[in-house]
Amino acid sequence: MDFSVLRNLISRYCAGEEYWVDSRTVYIGHKEPPPAAEAYIPQRYPDNRIVSSKYTLWNFIPKNLFEQFRRIANFYFLLIFLVQLIIDTPTSPVTSGLPLFFVITVTAIKQGYEDWLRHKADCSINECPVDMVQQGTVVRTQSSKLRVGDVVMVREDETFPCDLLLLSSSHDDGTCYVTTTSLDGESSHKTYYAVPDTMDFKTEQKVDSLHATIECEQPQPDLYKFVGRINIYKEREDPIARSLGAENLLLRGATLKNTEHIYAVAIYTGMDTKMALNYQSKSQKRSAVEKSMNAFLIVYLCILISKAVINTVLKYAWQWSVDRDEPWYNHRTEIDRERHVVIRAFTDFLAFMVLFNYIIPVSMYVTVEMQKFLGSYFIAWDKDMYDEELGVGAQVNTSDLNEELGQVEYVFTDKTGTLTENNMEFIECCVDGHVYIPHAICNGQILSAASSIDMIDSSPGGYRREHEDLFFRALCLCHTVQVKEEETVDSIKRGIHLGKPTSFYISSSPDEVALVEGMKRLGYTYLRLKDSHMEILNKDDEIERFELLHVLNFDSVRRRMSVIVKSSSGEYLLFCKGADTSIFPRVVSGKVEQVRARVEQNAVEGLRTLCVAYRSLSPVEYEETCHQLDDAKLALQDREQRLAQAYDLIERDFTLLGATAVEDRLQEKAADTIESLQKAGMKVWVLTGDKMETAAATCYASKLFRRSTQILELTKKRTEEQSLHDVLFDLSRTVLRQRTLSGLSVECQDYGLIIDGATLSAVLKPSPESSGSGNYREIFLEISRNCSAVLCCRMAPLQKAQIVKLIKASKEHPITLAIGDGANDVSMILEAHVGIGIMGKEGRQAARNSDYAIPKFKHLKKMLLVHGHLYYVRIAELVQYFFYKNVCFIFPQFLYQFFCGFSQQPLYDTAYLTLYNISFTSLPILLYSLIEKHISIETLKRDPTLYRDVAKNSLLRWPVFLYWTCLGLFNACIFFFGAYFLFDNTTFTSNGQLMTTNTQMMFGNWTFGTLVFTVLVFTVTLKLALDTHHWTWINHFVIWGSLLFYVIFSLLWGGIIWPFLNYQRMYYVFMQMLSSGPAWLGIILLITISLLPDVVKKVLCRTLWPTATERAQSNRPCLTVELSTIFVLTQSDNRLSF
Amino acid sequence: MMAPSYNAKEEDGHQPGATGHGGAGTMTNKKPDNTAFKQQRLPAWQPILTAGTVLPAFFVIGLIFIPIGVGLFVTSNNIKEFEIDYTGVDMSSPCYNCSQSYSWNNTQSCTCSVHFSLDQPFESNVFMYYGLSNFYQNHRRYVKSRDDSQLNGDKTSLQSPSKECEPYRSSDKPIAPCGAIANSLFNDTLELYYIDPNGSRTAIPLVKKGIAWWTDKHVKFRNPSGNNNLTVVFQGTSKPVNWRKPVFELDPLDSDNNGFINEDFIVWMRTAALPTFRKLYCIIQKKPNNMTPTLPRGEYILEVTYNYPVRSFDGRKRMILSTISWMGGKNPFLGIAYITVGSVCFCLGLVLLSIHYRYGKRNNSAEISS
Repeated sequence: MDFSVLRNLISRYCAGEEYWVDSRTVYIGHKEPPPAAEAYIPQRYPDNRIVSSKYTLWNFIPKNLFEQFRRIANFYFLLIFLVQLIIDTPTSPVTSGLPLFFVITVTAIKQGYEDWLRHKADCSINECPVDMVQQGTVVRTQSSKLRVGDVVMVREDETFPCDLLLLSSSHDDGTCYVTTTSLDGESSHKTYYAVPDTMDFKTEQKVDSLHATIECEQPQPDLYKFVGRINIYKEREDPIARSLGAENLLLRGATLKNTEHIYAVAIYTGMDTKMALNYQSKSQKRSAVEKSMNAFLIVYLCILISKAVINTVLKYAWQWSVDRDEPWYNHRTEIDRERHVVIRAFTDFLAFMVLFNYIIPVSMYVTVEMQKFLGSYFIAWDKDMYDEELGVGAQVNTSDLNEELGQVEYVFTDKTGTLTENNMEFIECCVDGHVYIPHAICNGQILSAASSIDMIDSSPGGYRREHEDLFFRALCLCHTVQVKEEETVDSIKRGIHLGKPTSFYISSSPDEVALVEGMKRLGYTYLRLKDSHMEILNKDDEIERFELLHVLNFDSVRRRMSVIVKSSSGEYLLFCKGADTSIFPRVVSGKVEQVRARVEQNAVEGLRTLCVAYRSLSPVEYEETCHQLDDAKLALQDREQRLAQAYDLIERDFTLLGATAVEDRLQEKAADTIESLQKAGMKVWVLTGDKMETAAATCYASKLFRRSTQILELTKKRTEEQSLHDVLFDLSRTVLRQRTLSGLSVECQDYGLIIDGATLSAVLKPSPESSGSGNYREIFLEISRNCSAVLCCRMAPLQKAQIVKLIKASKEHPITLAIGDGANDVSMILEAHVGIGIMGKEGRQAARNSDYAIPKFKHLKKMLLVHGHLYYVRIAELVQYFFYKNVCFIFPQFLYQFFCGFSQQPLYDTAYLTLYNISFTSLPILLYSLIEKHISIETLKRDPTLYRDVAKNSLLRWPVFLYWTCLGLFNACIFFFGAYFLFDNTTFTSNGQLMTTNTQMMFGNWTFGTLVFTVLVFTVTLKLALDTHHWTWINHFVIWGSLLFYVIFSLLWGGIIWPFLNYQRMYYVFMQMLSSGPAWLGIILLITISLLPDVVKKVLCRTLWPTATERAQSNRPCLTVELSTIFVLTQSDNRLSF
Repeated sequence: MMAPSYNAKEEDGHQPGATGHGGAGTMTNKKPDNTAFKQQRLPAWQPILTAGTVLPAFFVIGLIFIPIGVGLFVTSNNIKEFEIDYTGVDMSSPCYNCSQSYSWNNTQSCTCSVHFSLDQPFESNVFMYYGLSNFYQNHRRYVKSRDDSQLNGDKTSLQSPSKECEPYRSSDKPIAPCGAIANSLFNDTLELYYIDPNGSRTAIPLVKKGIAWWTDKHVKFRNPSGNNNLTVVFQGTSKPVNWRKPVFELDPLDSDNNGFINEDFIVWMRTAALPTFRKLYCIIQKKPNNMTPTLPRGEYILEVTYNYPVRSFDGRKRMILSTISWMGGKNPFLGIAYITVGSVCFCLGLVLLSIHYRYGKRNNSAEISS
């Protein structure tokens, strides 16, 4: 089956409806059309140079700087820096310039390196050789020199240099095989066709003589959509027009396979190619944490501005008298005095801003980015999420959303390939109610030649015999499976034995492979497609040949596919297979009842069923059919719609043959995973295109529904009996009644909702009266909110995304996660807050478009419950701690202004101001945010309810933020006033010189600042130490190391007269401070007071109102671990570390 | 058999723009290492702050802090301190006249004598401070108005002081020492006389050396080298505007205390943290025989050469006498704070203990039942 229509839907949904605005005209071989033809406007096309690099050598610096300063944070710091340069500010421009310079440089180097790699890649691509046909000879040239209209020759295993229109191939039927692995990940060979009128131009000379123009749409990114028309001019004849479709267009990046060579004409070149258009970045997702962080930032920005305003106002109030403004000992300079008071006030305001700007540190952004980037490696490194069979581990496509994994409230999962293995196995088929089961079920392995048909109910008869033959032939013919006779094939491959070397069936749909293989086991082997003839080896080892006339591809709207073949006896047959609901209404004869019963029975068992039907066409009917199809195919506009209409006309009046059942087993631990997710408070919704019965069976098997679950149905069947309105109100009443009751009774009935695509679109459809639609939506949301599990079946990909969007937009704004494996899940993966792709069998599109890709559904459990939880806790602490430590840092400076005449005198030395965030307090929090494990991984896995503790962004709510900020303010007051009282009594002095003794030295303002700063650094570091629950040697190293580094740095900084500094204010200040007894006592006292409230709060909360996490923590013997083990670096014994 | 299937894509080459964020992608195709770090299984100590574990800490803190606090408090109380304001704001105060008739140009210095009595004798070394109030030595414009390299004896800076010194950078010649701090050097002279019960006054010897940081005096502050005669060295510079005598005449008798390395000057140059501050003026050494107290009980006279104007900005001038202990000067704050924090910790310990017994059990039992 082909998913192209699905993809169209997706891309249409994602990219917005593409309009066929303008067309381009291509002259093949640059030959002008005969003058008779209508005049075309010549257009300019780009050359075939691929430019994926962003920068060139000369525009790198300005462009990169521009890009970087477009980030609001960087711009803010640049502004501060500029202000510092321009006006006379309290701190030197170095304090903010240095960190900013560092950040900008590192980012620029990283981006420059990436761009250099891109340049290199571009270069090698642009210079790769291409064979071009010129004047009847093949000329070798560089890929970048290719122009639109050039005729190109491509050999086997070469990659197409641009988007080409196939003219002819070495095959007589004008076909060629192509893999598009690097484009969409599908490894199956796809067949492309040349227009019949050009496929005879098979040599250079002939191709050169081709005189034709191509009219086609302007480039658009949809890989599976192409509309065009070719006009072929012949001598003294009217031009022939032929339609062109996606099956004629060879895409850049795809590779030619199994075909010696082809001739094709360049249609789209360079940046116009579909590949280049497709690599435009997808929209950026932002995590809830980032949103809270930005909210906090705004609060801090307000605090900052109000601080500056308050101080400026107070300054001018205080300075009212001249003796305060300019006492005799402290005159202004003349220049300063002459300035207007307004300018002075404004400069003062800016100076205060500069003084307090550290409250929003540059390093926070860097730390958060580093945390996310480095932290994501733990996901990729996790061996629990490594799949031996596939040989892949989890993959992180964006690290921006790590913490969002800990916030998921709704999980939308695909069924096929996600919950289930997508490892299809043919179970049985039934022809007119007679059941056939292949004997040996060998899980896709090579089957012994002896296959037989087991007849359960045998009642031989000519009529039955005929249907049986037709049925098996139908299954052998009605598919798009290809046979690959080599061992180097990808994706779906099963060994089959043909007596010859091993060959494989390849298809983008595993169902088809399973069916064809099942047929083989029942004695009918599909051999190959050769020259439009399909060859079948039947039970009697005879080869039957059918001419393949038309393939009516599968699409998710019709949910069926058909082929029209001509048998060797000249009969025209249309075989159709598809979902029961799409076949039964079109059936006019056959044993419908028996088949339907069997289908339903199979569906209940969780098997995937397909119905098979046929229709024999008379030659007249066939001609008519052909006509309809060609008409539709030739249309330039609305081709899809017209094709669908044509299909609808053709696929009718069927005779039912039978049905097949294919099993798709549940993935291992799928049930366990779903159970855990539900326990963790997540609502699991299954969105599938499958039919209700099959899907429901899977849901029961995967414990999404339990036996006790009361199922609410919101299906087409029900809405046909009652109006949608009534059903909805009925259900909501049921649910709401339950909710009022459940307040009284402990026993809580849980509900499961089943809704199908048709009903869903009715619910979502905006009804004529504007209020109605909102109502239905609300009621539906209300019902689903009260259901523990929801199953949406019969979903089109678009509807999957719609559901996700609906839930996203509901009033609680829950965090959604979508997980799927196929191209039909891409839309919901892109729509959901977090998109997870399963590296499954239906290509890699889902994995590529996802934010995270995992090999199996079961890995979701660890991903969310462990990684998500841990990341969330880590980043929440990181964000809160960063704001906290900067409040602690800056608020004392604010307080100091009240004691220094609002003169913007900084409390701390420049070095301390600069290095506080960069080095003294940066590493502990970074390491904490990387390796903190407040609770063991095993506990997290064992007890999914712990996930509820962090749900709804609980660690970054306003109360928590307020607590941290207040703690910061409290600590800042302690630091400042503690030091103030020590100094205010003015006897806070050093006990003696270092050399002599017994003399009292007086301390100045820099000692005051250093004292506050020392207490500050120790307090904020120890506060983090108190929050650390997982002390590895790294934590010890970093926490104690930073403190040690601070002390050593201070000793060094004050120990030397630094020749490059024009002031020596820190000279010996730190040492003099340490030589004073009261300073030590004061530091210890202030640190204790600062940490005390937090400890008390923690202990009280833990004892009085413990959260589940805290209970789980205290459940283990925590302090029995020997301290000595911490320092054993290479300890391999993990028992102690859990 | 599925293993090689996904490698194909990467080999297929060019992927423009795929080098986006989160570079972990390429790592996944090989099996992750089973190391403790990568699997987040590093051995660790996992402490938890529960009432049980914190309780002992609280009691220990309480038990340590309270004695320290008591010790500090007692020590602080044993320190004797005497303070007298000689600004001369009141009409009745002896320095009233001096404070009123003040002018910088006045070459005739004004003196006044302040009488006071000590109720208790001051033992051991006694430190004499001058204190200023409402004097913003920590004003930014003031703090930065100095040139450290000039003070360190740099000759070029001596001739062209730093821009930071404006407007005290040069008059007609460059000023040495430049800047607002140096310009406003405290220049009152204080002398102390003991009045014997029999009426005669004895001058008390005031030691003006050893009052600055050793490192300041010997490393940070240096006279320009080259010549022992400071007058020559400072040629080509002018004295700060408000000074009565140039820098090389600060202590003409002692070359080791003259020029930039004058200790009074060094002490002044260390700007105070708060607008009310005191600075060490001199030391009164204890008597060598140790029998009589350094300052016995009785009447004293403080002779003030009143040069320093503070009235204009509502300032105050004080003279302070103080003994010291191992922990410095009189400072009841530290002792009281220690006692308070210690008691609070102890009380919290008790509260937590009761909570621990009432609720801790309940939680444990709840844990078992659940």
